Amino acid sequence: MSQVLSVTPSSQAESLISIRALSYRYYASSRYVLNNVNLEIQKGEVVVIAGKSGSGKSTLLRAINGLIPHQHSGDYSGKVIVDGLEVLSAKMSELATKVGYIFQNPENQIFMFSVERDIAFGLENLSFKTPDIREKVDWALNTLGIRDLALRAPHELSDGQKQRVAIAGSIIMGQKILIFDEPTSLLDPYTASNVIRIIKNLHDDLGITILIVEHRLDLVSQIANRIIVLDEGKIVFDGEPRQVMYSSNLSVHGVTEPTIIRTTKLLDPGATGPGKSYPLTTHELAHELRKQVPRIGVFQKGSHEFGTNR
Amino acid sequence: MNLEQIAESAPLSENVDSVVRFTNVDYSHPNGVPALRGISVEFKKGELVGILGANGAGKSTLVRHINGILKPTHGSVEVFGESTKNTSAAKLSRRVGIVFQNPNNQLFAQSVKSEIEFGLRNFGFDDELVRQRTDWALNTFSLIEYSNRAPMELSGGEKKRLCNALVLAWDPDIVILDEPTVGQDSEQKERLAQLVKLLLSEQKTIILVSHDMEFLWPLQPRMILMSGGKILADGTAQQVVRDRVSFSHANILAPQLVELFTELGDLGRFPADEFEARDKIRLQMTAAKEK
Repeated sequence: MSQVLSVTPSSQAESLISIRALSYRYYASSRYVLNNVNLEIQKGEVVVIAGKSGSGKSTLLRAINGLIPHQHSGDYSGKVIVDGLEVLSAKMSELATKVGYIFQNPENQIFMFSVERDIAFGLENLSFKTPDIREKVDWALNTLGIRDLALRAPHELSDGQKQRVAIAGSIIMGQKILIFDEPTSLLDPYTASNVIRIIKNLHDDLGITILIVEHRLDLVSQIANRIIVLDEGKIVFDGEPRQVMYSSNLSVHGVTEPTIIRTTKLLDPGATGPGKSYPLTTHELAHELRKQVPRIGVFQKGSHEFGTNR
Repeated sequence: MNLEQIAESAPLSENVDSVVRFTNVDYSHPNGVPALRGISVEFKKGELVGILGANGAGKSTLVRHINGILKPTHGSVEVFGESTKNTSAAKLSRRVGIVFQNPNNQLFAQSVKSEIEFGLRNFGFDDELVRQRTDWALNTFSLIEYSNRAPMELSGGEKKRLCNALVLAWDPDIVILDEPTVGQDSEQKERLAQLVKLLLSEQKTIILVSHDMEFLWPLQPRMILMSGGKILADGTAQQVVRDRVSFSHANILAPQLVELFTELGDLGRFPADEFEARDKIRLQMTAAKEK
């Protein structure tokens, strides 16, 4: 039933994140949340992690940023290496310079009186000199396009703006890896696609490696090079978005398949081979359908009036 | 379809089935910032309504008027024929159940089970009924295994499920769910859709405030689009998705199947789900081959 389509050889020496035989259960729990997980993530990847609630997604992320084992006690076996640091023996403060974590609800990490103070907080904490901080804060404000918000109080901002402030506070630390925990679930679709675009820019312009936990794949699958599906603490799928989405019924694993994928699978029940190229967006499916009904006026090319392409 | 057109097609006059009626409602936050402007809208018994709009459009403010937590600055809100100005939120809550967007605002008990029982006892249900309804809620929302867990220890998605469970446990006539699918996996979303259908068959009025168009669209609700505290469009799902101007004003994306069939140049009834889409495409392909 499960099929692991590995896109990366498991023993590459220079992986940015290397997880080997990781098993973990929380203190006083009988169940292993992570069950012999092996995973290599290379620099510059954009990886979506999906799966039902309780599948181990958040636990896996915490094992990468060090909250596990440093803040949660439990049974831990295996090895996690992040940019050359072994998580088990590294200090949390060292790990914090490598990995940033953007919460679903940015309220949880925004608390200063002004946006720029909030963004500067991490560096102030590390005793950077004031002119250096100023320069970096300006850079972060510009990178996220929130210059005009610098002196505003964070609690006055919209959810999408808060999300960007939280990201700015993270990139200013020079972190190479950013983890997003359901970054769009509280946002309206328009704001959500803006946040997704910003995440893509962080990757394209700054070379930041991105890990995103998401239930809904329609938005994120277009910026990801890889989707990992977890179920009961095991990796059940790992591959390129098209491969993973057309390999199996992901809803069995708690992942909501985009409507377009479900429709394509119904139209072509044989759509299971990873080698075939299947549509990810409405535009791609419309294109396929028009190819199949050539020169006949059933599917005339309509205007694409909503201007969106999911 | 704009408000005037709707008003013409469905006059707000005497209708016995009306359960909620907003008349020229303005609401301003205590700091003076206006959040609702000139809202006139009516909800009927047994109706499924989806309210959509960008963050800050006024959706949550609107639904908070229905159980009387908020009272209009101007205008009136009548629920079951009574103005909310004369009724306490506590009394209205028995018939109007709201599940808020942020579950942390709703949870405070020591265990999942006592969280559900609390509301029921509060409304004066007898012990036997409290037991029955609590069992029903724990089962329906797959919370049995969490019965004795502390609500604040649950994940975001599990808390949301608990909030749905505890409100539906007391069987309100009007059910308002604010962003019910946030953090829910595909199985939970499917259950939620089934539950909505079940409640509709019991003639409940259900109001879903949601950004999750792909969840709402297959249910084909009456759709209300909001922006800047106003209602931009109000009509059937099929009507409202054709109102492209309001759609872009409200920062809402069309359902994928509407985009697909629009791009294919097929502007008849848009399919509600993938099965309808498949049948429609196959039919047209067959027709094309026969030509």
